[in-house]
Amino acid sequence: MITLNFIVNDQKHELEIEADEMLADVLRYRLGLTGTKISCGEAECGVCTVLVDGEPILSCNYPALKAEGKNITTIEGLAKDEDLHPVQEAFVKHGAVQCGFCTPGQIMTATALLNENPDPTDGDIEYALNDTLCRCGTYPMITNAIHAAADKINSGKPIEYPEFDFGGGMEVVGQVVPRPEANKKVTGEAVYTDDISFPDMLFGATLRAGIPHGRVKKLDITKAKALPGVQAVLTADDIPGRVNHGLIIQDWPALIGVGETARYVGDAIAIVAADTEDIARQALDLIDFEIEPLPMVTNAVDAKADDAPLVHESGNLLKHIKVDKGDIKKGFEEADVIFEDTYFTPSYDHAFMEPECSIGRPLDNGQIEVYVGSQIPYADRDQVAEALGLPYDKVRVRGPLVGGGFGGKEDIVGQIHAAMLAQVTGKPVKILYDRHESLLVHPKRHATQINVKLGLKKDGTLTAAQTELYGDTGAYASLGAKVMGRATTHSTGPYIVPNVKIDCYAMYTNNPPSGAFRGFGALQAAFAIECLMDQVAEELGIERVELRRKNALRVGSVTNTGQHLTESVGLLECIEKTEKEMLAYTGGEDPFLAREVEGEPNKRRAWGFAVTFKNTGLGEGAPDNASAEIELLEDGIVETRISSAEIGQGLVTVLQMITAEELNLPIDQVRVYLSDTDLTPDGGPTTGSRQTYISGNATKFAARTLKNTMLSTLSEKFNLPPEKITFDKGVIQANGQELTFAEVGQIMREEGREPKLIYDYKSPKTTPLGEAGDKHFAYSFAAQAIEVEVDLETGEVSVTKAVGATDVGKAINPLGLQGQVEGGLIMGIGHALTEEFIVEDGQVVTDYLSRYRMPSIHHVPDEIKVIIVEDPTTDGPYGGKGVGEISTMPVPPAIVNAVYNACGVRFHTIPIDQDWLAGEIKKKK
Amino acid sequence: MQLYQEYLKPQTIAEAVDFLTSAKGSTAIVSGGTDLLLDIKQGRHDPVDQMIDVSGIKEMGQISLEDDFIYLGAAMTHKQIIKAPLLQEHARCVVEGCGLIGGPQVRNVATIGGNVSHALPAGDGTISLLVLDTEVEIASPEGAAWQPLIEIFAGPGKVNFDRANNLVTGFRFKSKGEGEGSAFHRVMRPQGVAIAILNMAAWVKLDESGNLDKVRVSCGPAGPKPFRAVKTEAYLSGKTWSDSVLQEASKILAEEVSLRTSKHRATKEYRHQLLPVLLRKVMDTAIERARL
Repeated sequence: MITLNFIVNDQKHELEIEADEMLADVLRYRLGLTGTKISCGEAECGVCTVLVDGEPILSCNYPALKAEGKNITTIEGLAKDEDLHPVQEAFVKHGAVQCGFCTPGQIMTATALLNENPDPTDGDIEYALNDTLCRCGTYPMITNAIHAAADKINSGKPIEYPEFDFGGGMEVVGQVVPRPEANKKVTGEAVYTDDISFPDMLFGATLRAGIPHGRVKKLDITKAKALPGVQAVLTADDIPGRVNHGLIIQDWPALIGVGETARYVGDAIAIVAADTEDIARQALDLIDFEIEPLPMVTNAVDAKADDAPLVHESGNLLKHIKVDKGDIKKGFEEADVIFEDTYFTPSYDHAFMEPECSIGRPLDNGQIEVYVGSQIPYADRDQVAEALGLPYDKVRVRGPLVGGGFGGKEDIVGQIHAAMLAQVTGKPVKILYDRHESLLVHPKRHATQINVKLGLKKDGTLTAAQTELYGDTGAYASLGAKVMGRATTHSTGPYIVPNVKIDCYAMYTNNPPSGAFRGFGALQAAFAIECLMDQVAEELGIERVELRRKNALRVGSVTNTGQHLTESVGLLECIEKTEKEMLAYTGGEDPFLAREVEGEPNKRRAWGFAVTFKNTGLGEGAPDNASAEIELLEDGIVETRISSAEIGQGLVTVLQMITAEELNLPIDQVRVYLSDTDLTPDGGPTTGSRQTYISGNATKFAARTLKNTMLSTLSEKFNLPPEKITFDKGVIQANGQELTFAEVGQIMREEGREPKLIYDYKSPKTTPLGEAGDKHFAYSFAAQAIEVEVDLETGEVSVTKAVGATDVGKAINPLGLQGQVEGGLIMGIGHALTEEFIVEDGQVVTDYLSRYRMPSIHHVPDEIKVIIVEDPTTDGPYGGKGVGEISTMPVPPAIVNAVYNACGVRFHTIPIDQDWLAGEIKKKK
Repeated sequence: MQLYQEYLKPQTIAEAVDFLTSAKGSTAIVSGGTDLLLDIKQGRHDPVDQMIDVSGIKEMGQISLEDDFIYLGAAMTHKQIIKAPLLQEHARCVVEGCGLIGGPQVRNVATIGGNVSHALPAGDGTISLLVLDTEVEIASPEGAAWQPLIEIFAGPGKVNFDRANNLVTGFRFKSKGEGEGSAFHRVMRPQGVAIAILNMAAWVKLDESGNLDKVRVSCGPAGPKPFRAVKTEAYLSGKTWSDSVLQEASKILAEEVSLRTSKHRATKEYRHQLLPVLLRKVMDTAIERARL
């Protein structure tokens, strides 16, 4: 140990530390300043930024001893005298905060910029923030916030909320309101799982298979157990309950035992709990472990071959999903022209900024408590309880804030392990994955191969569509069958097609598992169909927007699964509005023709276009329900409780707004409490763009019921008809009296009516594929136009403009909606230009964040136009439907189509490979 | 895993050399640590007993102009370099190269000495220093000695001096004369590690009629070591810059470099395709600056 003297946020500290500790670790774990987050630990992402003598540095890779005698400013030191720093205030008001995990890093980097350059241009901001990453893609709002903060600092101009040309129309719903948790996120007070610690907490670590397929031959933990500081070493033999977990199909062993088979590199073999993380990792090295390699299969198409190595004894086919509509043979016979092509999409990592962390903790009441940032707290609870051999109510899952999910936090990763170690040691145990482990272990996006064959009349009318899809679900099922189900039903696009035949094969391989990821299979499907639609338009000589408009689903259409669409089909309006804005940019010129760039003779620009649709909710026969509890507390605050997760999408705000709207309450009198399996009823999974609709409805009806209960109490008490009682901004007028919510609550309690209730919401029924009836209760629609610039010499591609319209039914939370749509767009740009999760022979190549690049502020288009279409759906809350996923989906095909329009080279795979592109352009010359 | 046992912070070059030579176990010189610490964390470099942080050595943290030479301390950070008026005037290529590295957080700690000592074939700082005919000062127990920068590289990540007893302390190059200019440019791949697919720097001296009097060109990765394109330079010196000269120079450059395919990053063919593009860009810019 060595002494470190330094000043942090104006306070002198003298600490005893290890020589090789990094500054971020000292700040977080020795000083408890957990506002500084660690996301990558490899100096890539900027999240851990703090100021040293005023200069921003990356504290995760900055030896603490370097800070000797220096002045450190962390996010906690920015606000003075209770007032937020202008940058913090601007981030709150401008919606520059989503999941919030990168927020401290963004704010510290932005503050350093403003200290040096009080009035930065967009270019200055881009240069300064280029390596400070935000997976929610909040960059446009961050840029706006920095300008607003600069204005306040320079001229005292107050920071206003942004205005939007959508939403509005109601008291609270549709208005611009900040996130209730935004203040905590900008000051560093926000608590994520790794920010929690307990006095006697142990640290866990996991031994991994390391090879994609193999049988465990030997596993000797004697030496590891003997290492001083090690409290437990557990193997498969120590699992008290069910060995396998899994969301739908339980095929994933929590630990692989001797004689058992590991099916991917990340399979867990043994777990250790020790006094420190360092000792836990040393113990892993002392485990005597031998694994015998088995033949592997690493591609979905190969996996279907008769002689393919078997990933599971039951075979490699997870599910064959079929859709048949009309008569496919007749459909192609009726066609004048037939087009067919094959497309490939790679795997992608969610790369949420907050790596996975779980804390298991035994409670005095016999429960095991698990803290985890999860998208499905109840599924975690059930799977942990089953593994531990406990009744469900003996496990309590509590969700702190979640630093991004995007579908990647739906499965079990460390939850069972932390709970097992806690159960055995009797102490709290934290398992924190570093970025490397996160990249290796959790389920990814399905890589796909999609063949599309379309039959059309000469005028462009679709007569038939046949598609064949292969999806690589990796070693375990996760949500693979559902994801590829959505790929199946979305593979013929949002079009009227009378005759359809689809075959989809979700295949097991020895790659890391694939599961849910924003777009959920429908993203891959959209890439294939929207590329082919552009190719078809060109061949037929039909304008490409016109071809889509001609075939677009509309009210009265029948989908490929036989669903009659009776309302809320905003696709044509999305197409119209997007086209109009795009043409405004080109001054009416053909946007799809390549244009030279002034002063850049080797560059070309052109637009690309794509449309898409996405179901809201689980659908296809899965019961899709949520229960919300609501309580009028003694202090007059109304609390809404539901287990659903806030992963950055803005659910807390939406539920707060809905509660306030229904009760005519000021928004600050509503509190939302989420993700606690003991205290919040089940809101179901945060997946499928379903929470605003499902949990929103549950909350709406819960609040309505509470209001009715309040009304009937007052009606009886004052002997007044309920319509004579009015609610206005938290004040209740009854019988000439003004009552507060607290007073009404007191009256109810006095009368023995607990002002607390649970509402069980059940969504409209859907039916499985192959049966008659609706597959989904609502669909969102979108059109996207993208302008790219292609460098004909280097093959470099950048997105210069983006115009998109999304039909969300109703813009309930405009500030959050803007963030979701822009962020989804930016993730789509990442999928097309920067990201690819590479696995070779079952080994992960992109195993550090430096090798897996998410889009940075540099990739944000120069201009973005977000258009919101509000075509309401009857059963949605105020007409609202899902929006979490759709904004990402049309972006990759729009970019690929734009690249073709700019330089004549067509990609059938993403991401865009500039190397190949430059070669193809050269060949064409 | 312990990254290092001890973290030493010498205040003078002599003290740093003393730490190196008197160390019982393994040592490493570190400044910003943006490469080295990650290499240790990710298993590409063994942990060391003593980490010797030279960022506080004042002699290594200065930029000066003396007797027509610019002196650049090895512990100068990328931020200090891009903000230094002397370098903006005399070494535009270095300012450009260092300005493209990382974000402000990395530029605040990463040093030019670290970039050079890491000895990667495509270090942006290294490649840009090479066209200035830079000399490097290496301190050892025997004292300090200057030698041409190009001579210290032995292979990817390898240097010709003994890291256990020597350290890079500074650089010097001729200040900018009449009719001289330099430029740096690179092409990146949006996917994967942030190392240039190909980078290039040029320095030119024009004669009174505006023809190329002398030219220097460097690029990377163009072999196991940072590369000076001496044949291309020889061809270009004395020429009048034109499209046909560019074409011929590109051919010579293509013959003297050794480009290869690196998996998941770039093909050899693509790198070859980029050679004339980058050569035109850096030469155009350098000539434009030389005319000012």
